[in-house]
Order: sequence, then structure tokens, then C-alpha cells
Amino acid sequence: AACRTLYFHNPMLKKRDDFEDVLEERRNSSDLRYALRCYTPVLYKGVPPCKSSMLKSMVLQSDQLHYVISQVSKETGRKTDEVQEEASAILDEMAHCQQLSTVRFFAFTLSKVFKSLFRSICVNEEGIQRLQQAIQEHPVVLLPSHRSYMDFLLMSYLLYTYDLTLPVIAAGMDFMGMKFVGEMLRMSGAFFIRRSFGGDKLYWAVFSEYVKTMLKNGFAPVEFFLEGTRSRTSKSLTPKLGLLNIAMDPFLKGEVFDVSVVPVSISYERILEETLYARELLGIPKPKESTSGLFKARKVLSEDYGSIHVYFGQPVSVRSLAEGRVNRRQFNLVPRHIPGKPGEDIHSFVNDSAYKLVRAQEENMVLKPWVLLASLLLQNQAAGPKEGLPLDELTAQAVWLRDLSRQYGAFLHWPDQMTPSEVVSSSLSLHRGLVRICEGKVQLADPHSAATPEEKLLNQAVIVLSCASYRNQALHVFLRPALLASAIHTASSTQKQEVFNSFSFLRNMFSNEFILCPGATVQDFEEASYLLVKTGAVQVSQQEVVVTEGGHRTLAFLIAMLDPFLQGYQVVCRFLCEEATETLTEKQFIPAVRKFIIKHLLAGGLRYAEVLSSDLQKNSLAAFLRLGAVQKIKGVHQGTLKVNKVMVNSLEDTLGKKRALCYAPGGNRLRFLSNKSQMCLFV
Amino acid sequence: MNAAMASNSSGGGSDRQRIAQQRLRIIAGHLRRPVDVDSTILAAECKAQDSKTDVSSEGKTVPRRRQEIMKWNGWGYSDTKFLFNKKGQAEFTGKRYKLSGMIMPALKDWLEDTFGTNLQHKSPATPILTSSAVQPPTLNEAFVEELKSTGIPFSHDAEDRVFRAHGHCLHEIFALREGKVGRVPDLVVWPNCHNDVVRIVELACKHNVCLIPYGGGTSVSSGLECPPEETRSIVSLDTSQMSRILWIDEKNLTAHMEAGIVGQDLERLLNESGYCTGHEPDSMEFSSLGGWVATRASGMKKNIYGNIEDLVIRVKMVTPQGVIEKSCLGPRMSTGPDIHHFIMGSEGTLGVVTEVTMKIRPMPEYQKYGSVVFPNFEQGVACLREVAKQRCAPASIRLMDNEQFKFGHALKPQVSSMFTSFLDGLKTFYITKFKGFDPNCLCVATLLFEGHREKVLQHEKQVYDIAAQFGGLAAGEDNGQRGYMLTFVIAYLRDLGMDYYVIGESFETSVPWDRVLDICRNVKLRIIQECKDKGVQFQPLASCRATQTYDSGACVYFYFAFNYRGLSDPVHVFEEVEHAAREEILANGGSLSHHHGVGKLRKEWMREAVSNVGMGMLKSVKDYVDPNNIFGNRNLL
Repeated sequence: AACRTLYFHNPMLKKRDDFEDVLEERRNSSDLRYALRCYTPVLYKGVPPCKSSMLKSMVLQSDQLHYVISQVSKETGRKTDEVQEEASAILDEMAHCQQLSTVRFFAFTLSKVFKSLFRSICVNEEGIQRLQQAIQEHPVVLLPSHRSYMDFLLMSYLLYTYDLTLPVIAAGMDFMGMKFVGEMLRMSGAFFIRRSFGGDKLYWAVFSEYVKTMLKNGFAPVEFFLEGTRSRTSKSLTPKLGLLNIAMDPFLKGEVFDVSVVPVSISYERILEETLYARELLGIPKPKESTSGLFKARKVLSEDYGSIHVYFGQPVSVRSLAEGRVNRRQFNLVPRHIPGKPGEDIHSFVNDSAYKLVRAQEENMVLKPWVLLASLLLQNQAAGPKEGLPLDELTAQAVWLRDLSRQYGAFLHWPDQMTPSEVVSSSLSLHRGLVRICEGKVQLADPHSAATPEEKLLNQAVIVLSCASYRNQALHVFLRPALLASAIHTASSTQKQEVFNSFSFLRNMFSNEFILCPGATVQDFEEASYLLVKTGAVQVSQQEVVVTEGGHRTLAFLIAMLDPFLQGYQVVCRFLCEEATETLTEKQFIPAVRKFIIKHLLAGGLRYAEVLSSDLQKNSLAAFLRLGAVQKIKGVHQGTLKVNKVMVNSLEDTLGKKRALCYAPGGNRLRFLSNKSQMCLFV
Repeated sequence: MNAAMASNSSGGGSDRQRIAQQRLRIIAGHLRRPVDVDSTILAAECKAQDSKTDVSSEGKTVPRRRQEIMKWNGWGYSDTKFLFNKKGQAEFTGKRYKLSGMIMPALKDWLEDTFGTNLQHKSPATPILTSSAVQPPTLNEAFVEELKSTGIPFSHDAEDRVFRAHGHCLHEIFALREGKVGRVPDLVVWPNCHNDVVRIVELACKHNVCLIPYGGGTSVSSGLECPPEETRSIVSLDTSQMSRILWIDEKNLTAHMEAGIVGQDLERLLNESGYCTGHEPDSMEFSSLGGWVATRASGMKKNIYGNIEDLVIRVKMVTPQGVIEKSCLGPRMSTGPDIHHFIMGSEGTLGVVTEVTMKIRPMPEYQKYGSVVFPNFEQGVACLREVAKQRCAPASIRLMDNEQFKFGHALKPQVSSMFTSFLDGLKTFYITKFKGFDPNCLCVATLLFEGHREKVLQHEKQVYDIAAQFGGLAAGEDNGQRGYMLTFVIAYLRDLGMDYYVIGESFETSVPWDRVLDICRNVKLRIIQECKDKGVQFQPLASCRATQTYDSGACVYFYFAFNYRGLSDPVHVFEEVEHAAREEILANGGSLSHHHGVGKLRKEWMREAVSNVGMGMLKSVKDYVDPNNIFGNRNLL
């Protein structure tokens, strides 16, 4: 029910704000004057920002930290002073030291950079007004989507532009690798957290107290990325709960009346890291963040990256999220400075909230026409002989898809003042690196000459994955209907219950791949049915789900949308059955699968180069682990994977019903499990 | 000896007499002016009165027909109320209180600014109770017949019955003002002594009649509401005529009283002998000793004298199973769970408290009010916490928030001289300009010291020194005294508000020290948010004060009121907000009640408050003591 309230109201009724281009003014007036202008943000209850030294001492003197320090000292036998010093050192490594001068420096340079990179940076000003209101009323947490390094600089830039309190941003420690830049970021308000600090009690205590102190006192909005890291695929990532847990804690323990959480959706027409991500997904190692690397990136400055849309969503009150879900009285029986592991109910509450918030981000992502074109071109390419799509046909399909996606509630920015063919050709020209137009036919770009077939394949895959990252931006719009379409396709009959079981299986299978709120199967099914019925693609009665005459086109499109993922998971199944040895470790998994897939792609047995994406491979493994088809061995052979081949086989079967993989089935597959029993296993 | 003491009031030679007189003045000061006793309503001497010395039965305040001196649809005495005079100025009528007869020029503006009220928009109460609104009594004839033969006075007059059908919850008073009457008792009886009660309870059991004990009628927990589903005849047992002090034991410093005595009489009569109980709940003008016991009452001076559970030595309660009482007057016992704790807080569900032996203290030699201004509420709470830590709390210490501070100012009577107003201006200037206190943040603590003169002065210094550590500035005796006076008139003010579309209520909780600030902030904000969500058109008043300090926590009192113009069902909205506020209190670690009790208003949270097993324990006691639910007010469980 959780997700439903946020989304499942008729998406068509969703009223979204208009955008203003912030670069327009920058192009017409002095950047220097802008950077030096008077900056007087509204404050939370009039609390002025806190000097970083003062913040540090507040954290170090907190009861929470004192408690943990004495605990650690008791456990380790170290002196409290020593532990205290360690805490202080952790804090020094972590803490931001925001300075207005640095912010002004960024305001100036970023103005220059943004103007040369982007045509426009569009912001919904009503969202800004809502944020301004929220900042005055309650502590605010900003949750931007994360697609680019740009994101947090952009956020601070915008908040400065609109005269809002500058956020304090949780950043990964890897930035600190870039010496100078790291310090610059620190001075612009970033604080740094180690990527992993698993059992380090002291680190956790310092970190959580630091964030809570800022929140409780309302010194500044706290900003972090719910997805934990940049999404390389443009799909939203499964939310990480650590920071959200911390951010909600002051409310749950009654230390503040409420916390406002503001999801922010940042959509790039062209992602700066486009091919970088594709290479990374293909296993071409990611260059370590370094200052020199950043300067090399200078050549990007000469390119056109289109526009950025930033949508500040409706502030979400943590109090209202928790209403009727959390019994706050449980926190009244233990002193609040004693850290405690959150109970199951709190965990599931935070998890559900996190999903809701990611969905709120997705929902307000602006989609460009190119996203639709990329979807169509990828489908066309996978469909068979590489001929390309005639331009006018592509245009016609794009118009069809535009209307469909709008009916599904997509936040599509289609310039209605231009003719469809103008829209298509301007989109294609912005992404000319990814497409090729030859004799009026459009197809994905051909890689340059390559030494080996494998290299050629990988080069092609870079293009495909780049395109897929644009298609993925629209995935959330089509996901639920696509799951239903595939379910109808794979179900053994049109019986509603069968279709639902099939839907439920697919949804469960892909819950590491896409943002699907835990426990919301029924709602998702209803939502998908609602959308497909509304667009006349299917008819749903009490007992049956039937595809209408005119619905086949929609269903074919939707099925094709999900198909690469289905095939990807199947291939991984194949790999696990055929090639996984006793000694396969988690570490070796990706390279081994990749090798296996390359082999089959070269042999022509696989249709989608996309399945080379390590993201997909990781997600599928996570799903198999979750379902128990694969187990991690603990003990001596730590990290090795134990494959339950019977189960993997039957999973593959269920995924691939009615679909024949192009290569010959091998091995001793169990084909005779009844549908029902499979469902019981996985639903 | 005692009687002699009491009557020997003209001498004035002895120290004790002097003290007593001073004490009387003080009590009269913050309570009321002495009234002439309406002797005509004194009941016949209780036949059961045998050898006991009746220390004093003079000065009975509460007549059987309460409506003759008290409002039937509002708070307190009929002759006392706030109103706007012809000049549009607020005035407090009557002669009973210090504020009586005075003009409060700032009150009008405060009401308008705080609630958006307008003197043109009145919501007057129905002036007279129409007897057609009251259901005819369902009488249990056999019970009535036997009752008659005992000679115990009773009545089924509509006014008598309606008066005992309610406490002072907002919804109860609101309904009365609209002339609406729900289920009311069918009969009112006035027992005159313990034995009368025994007889009434026996008869009630015999004829299966529902009994609802009635003391002062000041319940704010729907405790006196007749359960609408009750089909038996309901008899209200009014204890007001059992109001004698039966003996005073100066050697052990105890006194034995009938439970119907109301607070002001108890104090006045003891004072005449040079003693006091020191138990002064805000409702002490009207609330009764039996009521205090039945609801676990708390008095403002508990720091010196203790709460009711600390004061009670022995209780006599008449139950359907017989009389429950302890066999000695020992100061403490280890005889299993204290049976007094089944009685205290039983809220009339087990029986009627008829007599109580209570600790008494010599009247304090010296009393001094005081006040401290703090730059903000946080500092004030920190100071109270420190005072509690050092265990040096004065007889009373209360911290009002900024809203209440402003409210207090609004009730300042017209100043008589230019000089006073000049002085006031100077004080304000000093605090806000010179000391830099923000008038929208500062808050004030009121203090009351009692004891030996030197000790009081010493104590005073200690407390002011602590206050200074938290930025507090001494703000004079006047402010302190006015603070305590407000306690007694604020209930009258609600009636004025209700004349102008403003409804409100107070409610309380107790909470550990580390959560005091959080609970105050969160509950106030919750009230404001709920009002907004429920469509209240005007900003509500949400205010609080810390009224008691303990070693490990404090008692916090909330005031909540709003202008209900434009709402179709204001009481419903009000109840929803109050409900939400209680949820918020519980979510923030506050108790279900510190001293108001559970009644029926807070019953739904009882199980969670005491656990299933706890609930089972209480239920099994009820089942044993009163298997037929004779005491059927359905409070608590």
C-alpha cells in the first residue's frame, strides 16, 4: 500500500511544475557579480549556519559519542583519551568546512563550465519555493538522483542561485583521492564517508552523530544519494538505507518534530560519462578519480550536452510516512544516547520509505524524445538483420510511443512547437556519436575497425550499452505494464490467476534489477492492469486477462522492452549450469560470465549485446542468491558459490517458457516440474 | 483542646494564632475571599455520629443544591465570571478573588490577537436548562422505598441530576451550553456519614442499582459521565455532606476527615488549628478529599508535602464486598502490596472513599512568592532540572512558556498609578533591551517558598543562584503571585472564550527530564498541525508549562484552545486534536496521566500503559470487589 499512495493515483492527473532556465540569466549578466552577490538564505527557525569547529565540538561532546567511546575503551582496553582522539581524527577526516568564498569560486567557474557544456539548466521554480518553505519549517534532507559527478556540484550551484541554505553533502571517500579537488569540495560543503566501515562502532557513532547533529539543529540541509553511487545504467539503483536510517532517527526518537525529505530528479539530456559508464560495465576498468583525469576530461568541454532538467519534488514528511507504521513508543524505554540496532519494523519502514522516495525521483525524471528513439532503435536492432529503420518510420513509431508513454504518465519533454520529424532529427544530431543515418535509414552507430571479432563486439557493445542507458531512463514508465505483458506472454493460459502468478514470478525475479517496492505485488499488478486496460491493450475480467486486437503492438513493444533482461538472466542460468565449477568465487563470477557470454554472442546464439552489462550480471546473481538458487559458502572456501542446478534450471525454464533460446539446449535439464510447483518455489 | 484552639481565635496572643491568621490571609489571597456560610442547607446531624469529636462542621461550602451557588453549565461560582463591559473592556465579576471587580484592559487585544476573536461574534450559552431536555428518571422503586426508610436525603429533581452528570471536559460543558443533556443519573443521594454510605451500597447491591460516587465534580477525564449503555437505575452518590474533620492528632501530626470535604474547607479548617495538609491541587476550591484519593491527585506544593499517596495514612472505602481499611496507623508497612494502591486511582470503580486519615503539618511560618525570567524555554527547563538534581525545589516551581507568559500579561489588571506603569515599562526595557531577551522567546518561572523565614531566604538565594547560571533574572514577587492566581481564574476564562467561539482544554503528562523539551515542542507543533489539517480557520493556542519537578522527570501541562468559527462540528474536531496530542505525548515518552486520571477519556490507551497482565490484575480486583459492577461508571478499565 505504501508505494501505491505515492504513485498509483491516476498518473495522468499528475500535475507537474514548469521549468525555468537558470543559465539564461547567466548568459546575460556578469558571472563575477553573480558569484559575489549578496547571499542571504532563509534559515530553519532562524538558526544561523554553524561554524565547522563548533559542529565538531558538539559532536565530540555528545552523550552518544561519549557512550560509544567508553564502550570501545572497555572492550579494547585502550584508554578513553586515546579512543577520544581517534574519534576526533575520524571527525577531522570526515567533516566539511564550508566556506562562502569557495562556494563563490564554484559559482563563478561552474557558471562558465555549465554555459559551455549545456544549452540550458531547467529548474522547476515552484519546487524551489516549496523547498524554501520546507527549510524554514523542518530540518531538510535533499535526495538527488545520482547519474553524474556533476550532480552535487549542480545541486549546490542551484541552491546558491536561488539563495537557499547550502546543503552539506555526504560524499564517498574516493573523492579524497583527488587531493586538491577533494579539499575544494570539502570547502564547498562536502563531507566524506568511507565506503565501508562494517563493524567499526566508533566510526559509525561519529558519522551518525555528525549527521544527526546537523539535522537536529537544522544548521543546513543534509544531502546524500539514496542510490549510494552513480547509476551507470541510468536505471535507479536499489536504495541504500544507512544514511536514511540516520536521517530518520531524530524524528523517530522525538528529537525533532518532523524531517522533510525532498527527492530531486536530475535528468541529463546527454550524460557526460556516457561511454565511460559503458566501458566500465563491460569490464574495461574505471580510471581512478584523479585530478589529472579530471583535466583530461577537458575535451568534453567542447561538446554539446544538451540540457539538464532538475525537478525538486514535493517535500515528503517523515512524520507522515511513519504515521500508523511505526510505534515510536519503543524508543522511550532506553536512554536515547545508547545506540541500538533498529528493529525489524523500523528496518522495513525505512526500506519502504526509501523505495517510495526513489520512485518519487523516477517519476519526476524528465524524459527527452531521444529516450524513446533509443528504445525503438535498440528494439529494431535486436529484431534481426541490421538494416536500420527508415527515418519516417522511426518518426511515426516515435509519435506512437510518445502518446503511449504520456498515457502511462511519463514526464516527457517533447517540444510540441516542432514537427515530429524535426524533433527526431534534432535528437539524433545531438547523439550523433551513437547513431548512423545511411540512405535515410537510421541504426546504431557502427564501431570503427577493430583487430579482433571480440574487440569489434565490445566496441559495438559500448554503443549498445550507451543507448540502453537512455532507454533505461524510460524503464520505470513501462516496467509494470511490461512485466504484465511478459507475464501474459509466458503464462500457460489467459486465466487471471495464472497471469498473476507469472507476473509475480517475474517481478520477484527482477526485484534486484528494477525499483519494485517490497511487498507491493498486488498493487503493481493492479497498476499494470489499469494502464493496459486504459490504453485498450488488454481486457481484464474477473477470471481472464485477454489481449485485444489492437493491443498486440503495445504488448510486443513492452515485451521487447523487458526481453534483454529476460535473456540476460537466462544466460546467467545457462552459465551457472554449464560452466560454474566447484571453486567459482564471487570475485571470479563476473569475468567468467562475461567470457561465457562473449563466446555465445560471437557464436550468434544471443541476440542482445546488452547482456554483457556487468550490472545485469551482478543483479541476476543477487537475485539467485536471494532465491536460494545459489549459495555463498562460508568457512574455509569463503566466497565460493554453490549452485543448486536443479533450481537454476527450473528458473531458466520459467523465464524462458515459450521462448526458445537460439542455441541447442544441453545438459540434463529438468523439464518436468509442473508450473504450479515452480511458482510455489519462487513466488 | 483542638476545639478550644479553633474557637480561641480572638486572642491573637499566641504565635500560632498569628501564623494561622497570616496563613488564612494568604490562602484567601490566592483563593477567594471568605464567604458567609449558607447555614440553611446544613443537613441533619448524622445519626451515626457517636463519640467522635466533630472538630468543625462550620463553614461548609458546598450545599446540596450546588446550582444555587455554582454554574450549572460552566466553571465555578455563579457570581464570578469574565465578561466584556459596556466599554468593551474585560472585567472579572464578583468579590471572591483578588482579581474580582477588576478591569483587564489587555485581555481583549490578547484574545483578538491570539484567536482572531471578535466581540461582535458571540456564541452565548443557553441560559436556562429546559427540563424537557432531561430524560425522566428510571427509578428502581424497591431501592427508593428502602432508601426512604433510612432517612438519607435524596432527590430526582432534574437540575440536581444534570449537575452530577458531568465533569469539566470541554465536550461536557459545550453540550450543556447548547442545552444538550445525555444520560444523567436517575437519583442523587446525600449520605451524611460513613454508615449512610454502607447502607446505600448495601441497598444498591440488593436492588442492582448502579452507583456513581460524586465528590467535587471537577473531573476532566469524562469520569463522571454516565455510561449511555447503562440500563439500570443510576444513583449519584454525592459526598458533599460528609465534610467534617473528625479529629486532629497533634502528637502524630495526623487528621481524620470525612472524604467529602473540599480542599478549601479542609485547609481553612485545619488552618484554624494552626495546621495544613499542604495538598493544593489547582482545583482545590471544589475538589474533594475522596476525589483526590480516587484519582491519585497531586498538589502544587508536593515538593514539601508530597502527593496524595504520600499524605494518606489510612483510607476507609465502602465496597460491595464490605469495607476495606487498614488496621493501624503505622507510618509504613510491609504487608504485601499496599492495599491503598488498589484504592488510590480506582476512580470510583471499586467503591466510595468515606474517611481518610492524612498527614498534617504546622502551618508554615513564612511564605514568599518569586519569579525568574529566562531568555528561552530551554534555559528554563535546564534550570528546573538542576534544581531537581540538587533537590532544592521550593514548595512550588513552575515554568511557563512564552505563550503563557504573554497570556499572564494579558490578565494584568489596570494599573492604578502612573508610577507602577512606569516601573513596569522600565522592567520590560531592562529585560528586553538591556539584557537582550527576545520578548517572543523569554519565559518565566514562578516560585513559592515556604517554611522558616531564614531558611526560606536562604533557600531563595540558592534557587536564584542556580537560575542565574542558566541566564535567569529574578523578576519579582508580583509576577510569581500572579502566576499562581491565574491557575484559579483560568478555568473561568474558558467560559469567556466559549462566549466568543473559542474552545479549549488543558491536559497533563509526566515525562523523564531528557524528553521534556522534545515533548513540549512536539506536542505543541502537533496541535498546530492537526488544527490545520482538520480545517480550523485560525491559528490555535498551544502552550505548555512544567508544573512539577521530580528526581527523574517533570509534570508538563498543556493548554490548547482555538477559535472554531466556520467549523460545523467543533467538538469533534477538538476531540480529534486532543486525541492526536495524547498520541504525541505517548510517542514522546510521556505518561497517560500524571494526576488527572484515566476516566473514560483515556481508557483506550490503558492496556498499553500497564500491559496485558497489569490490566488483568486490575480486572481481577474489580471482579472480586464488585462482581456485579455496582460501581458502574466504567472508568479506567
